[in-house]
Amino acid sequence: MSGKFVVGYDGSESSQRALEFAVDRSQAQGGTIVLAHVLEWSPYSFLTPNELEERHKRREEELHRAETAIMTTVVKDLRDKGVTVETVIKYGNIPELLAKIAKDCGAIQIVIGRSGHSNLGARVFGSVAGALVQSAPVPCTIVP
Amino acid sequence: MNHMHRKNFNAAIAAAGLMMASAPAYAQSVDEKVNQIFASSTGWFVNLIFSNFPGTSFPWIVAWLVVGATVFTLYFGFVQFRAIGHSIALVKGDYSDPDDAGEVSHFQALATALSGTVGLGNIAGVAVAVSIGGPGATFWMILAGLMGMASKFTECTLGVKYRNEYPDGRVSGGPMYYLTKGFAERGLPGGKVLAVLFSIFCILGALGGGNMFQANQAHQQISGIVGEYPGWITGILFAVVVFAVIVGGLKSIARVTEKVVPFMGILYVGTALIIILMNADQIGWAFGQIFAGAFTGLGVAGGMVGALIQGFKRAAFSNEAGVGSAAIAHSAVRTKEPITEGYVSLLEPFIDTVVICTMTALVIIITGQLVAGPDGNYLLNEAGTAIQTVGGTSGVGLTSAAFGSAISWFPFVLAIAVVLFAFSTMISWSYYGLKAWTYLFGEGETTELVFKVIFCIFVVIGAAANLGPVIDFSDAAIFAMAVVNIIGLYALMPIVKRELNSYVSRLKSGEIKKFE
Repeated sequence: MSGKFVVGYDGSESSQRALEFAVDRSQAQGGTIVLAHVLEWSPYSFLTPNELEERHKRREEELHRAETAIMTTVVKDLRDKGVTVETVIKYGNIPELLAKIAKDCGAIQIVIGRSGHSNLGARVFGSVAGALVQSAPVPCTIVP
Repeated sequence: MNHMHRKNFNAAIAAAGLMMASAPAYAQSVDEKVNQIFASSTGWFVNLIFSNFPGTSFPWIVAWLVVGATVFTLYFGFVQFRAIGHSIALVKGDYSDPDDAGEVSHFQALATALSGTVGLGNIAGVAVAVSIGGPGATFWMILAGLMGMASKFTECTLGVKYRNEYPDGRVSGGPMYYLTKGFAERGLPGGKVLAVLFSIFCILGALGGGNMFQANQAHQQISGIVGEYPGWITGILFAVVVFAVIVGGLKSIARVTEKVVPFMGILYVGTALIIILMNADQIGWAFGQIFAGAFTGLGVAGGMVGALIQGFKRAAFSNEAGVGSAAIAHSAVRTKEPITEGYVSLLEPFIDTVVICTMTALVIIITGQLVAGPDGNYLLNEAGTAIQTVGGTSGVGLTSAAFGSAISWFPFVLAIAVVLFAFSTMISWSYYGLKAWTYLFGEGETTELVFKVIFCIFVVIGAAANLGPVIDFSDAAIFAMAVVNIIGLYALMPIVKRELNSYVSRLKSGEIKKFE
């Protein structure tokens, strides 16, 4: 059975592990990888007038940085290994968007790393893993 | 904005950096000299802007703003009432393309513009209106706020439509751009002249009402709590923080303020509501006073016309509708339809004036701060210029006393709110002033730095000095912005109408739909 594996990827070690796990699975069962990078963003945050003016410029810069610093190398490595990979970079709420990306591309599974926040931190701010498990439209693997 | 107490002259002068002498007599003479020079060179301008219609006590500038707001209201078919549901849907992001996430949202543009207008006008200005014009002033203030929504709608639509988008992705907009480009598009002469005039007034308004007045009132409030101390200390503290934000790019401070200010706004309105509910049995009476006062004056100085002028004037001071400043802040939004920002911006006078200002007025009335005589008419103070208040207070002091009479510790919270509101208003106006400055002198780090340094110097002067004529002059400059801006709005309103009709028909046909 083949299918798409959506991997939440931000370049961190835990997201590396998630990616390795997903690559193993996809090679074992013949699937492809969707590498998803979400930049945390709320349209309801508050900005100064100066930040408003520069927002579009900053956004372009952030997207460019995400593309070059986080995605390019890893995508090249994967392709060299013969893994089929596509990338998605989006702004918004991380769990919400990962669920949406999975739904939109018809993925069979979402794989993310665990950020390793302390218990308290997770209680106060909520964790991506926790929120995703609640809302994911497909099975979800959390790689420790 | 003329209700300043006289300040310690030594402090004023030392902070202004004009001299180092400590002899009070000499210092006083320098201060007076500064006042005289300003008064004699700018007095004509102030008198011109605030002059009354012949034979009346009705300032023509107030009529100018209200007539403008009425014309826009009628021309756009009461857009502020018909479209408010759609405005809220836009702010919620119902019509925002998810692929545009990360760009400036409608909510963000509105929040930033609001933090520029919500400020001392809502706290001090309303107190002045009610103490001079009586409860009836509230009625006219609300009416002016409702009408002003149409002015904002017009100017902010134009602000987005004619903004400049630079190759590096920054955007810059405001009346100076729509006056130039819009007039050229319609083949009208004089756009450039109006744009230059607007920019000059905007710089002066930014240094005055958007800076000195704020610093001065913030100092009044702080010294009212901790005891009298020289204003230049407040001034320098403020200036350092403002400098750190606008020159040093210290975004963390600005970000904290931008987060705390809405919270303070909600706290303010929430507390006002609690106080009103604590006096629930008085609500009917208070509205009775407001309506009766609106048409009879209830024995207030100036009667009904006095109430009307005060209400209109303070509403205009507070929400800046027609002044053109908001068009600068709203221009950065990411939208394909300029009219959507018009819809969003019309919420601004509603929140600022119809909600927040009204809360202030109700609290002052309901807590019985205004002294009435046995016949039910209000008693005037000794000078006969305003209604007697319980503690003899006026301005921020009156609002503070009203809140304090119900919740004893609230004046401290209010002091913090005033300082934060003043600070966020300064940050916003430093930006408006800068945009006008770069329009005149071109963009560039050095020219921008010159303005920012001048701005910080004026913070100190504003907090320390009682340069009454300077404040008068800068108030006049803010209203002069409205003279230029509204001329432009009249000339360009057919363009807005075209945008509006096109948008509404596409909305009806389903071409523009909600996402998700």
